[in-house]
Amino acid sequence: MPELIAKTALAGKKLVVAGTTLAEIDHGAVRSIAPYPGQELAVGQALLPLGFGFPAVNSFAEKDGALIAWAGREQAFLIGADCPDLGGLAAVTDQSGGWVSLSLQGPLAVEALARYVPMDMRLAAFPVGAAARTPLYHMSMVLMRVAEDGFRLMLFRSMARTAWHEIEVALKTLAARAA
Amino acid sequence: MRIPCPLCGSRDRREFYYYGSEDYLKRPSDQGSIDDLDNQLFLRDNPAGVTRDVWYHEAGCGAWMVVTRNTVSHEVLGSELVAKKKGA
Ligand SMILES: [Zn+2]
Repeated sequence: MPELIAKTALAGKKLVVAGTTLAEIDHGAVRSIAPYPGQELAVGQALLPLGFGFPAVNSFAEKDGALIAWAGREQAFLIGADCPDLGGLAAVTDQSGGWVSLSLQGPLAVEALARYVPMDMRLAAFPVGAAARTPLYHMSMVLMRVAEDGFRLMLFRSMARTAWHEIEVALKTLAARAA
Repeated sequence: MRIPCPLCGSRDRREFYYYGSEDYLKRPSDQGSIDDLDNQLFLRDNPAGVTRDVWYHEAGCGAWMVVTRNTVSHEVLGSELVAKKKGA
């Protein structure tokens, strides 16, 4: 059988504007885990060998390159790790090709996102370690705060270039205004 | 206008889809009369004051919720997950 080569949505694109970096992340495998009713604790137990359990609402956790993010009501995304056998405990679907992951890091990150995200982005309301389902412009997104000035974004792969364009415009506008 | 999602917290109204009266969750029994069904589908109270509606956190966590608000003062009083309601 021919070996198929997985390509990311933006071929590892990277942009630096006034010290703020927007870059595509190759997220590897993405698995949606939706525990069956009452099975959330058992799913958390099964995930423990990875170094984390099932994430609390509005949070994410990382361990040795693997990441788990809350992705909605009774749903989480396991990223960059093999999913343990959750047969009978949860509905697991492969969504690796359905999303694009971006990293946005630097002094303009918060202000750039504030142009599109209708959410309180202040540290007190959205601290490091928090995850949220909230739109970027009109695009569905999983947003994670990895640092005070650093974010990880997941958007539908079909909208990767639109999302990139919007963030690029915001970064360049903010940089131009400051100059 | 901001709506408290029981999961996500206080969010902008633009993230939500409005469905309609909480009555939609109160399906009459299959054994009931045609009037019960007519009432559930078509007849709505129009209260000046506290009202309860079904909303969907469309651009957020994807949860359905019942939001209690006051149509006179515009105060939003709270919300609860439909999935947590008994029998829903
Ligand atoms: Zn929500």
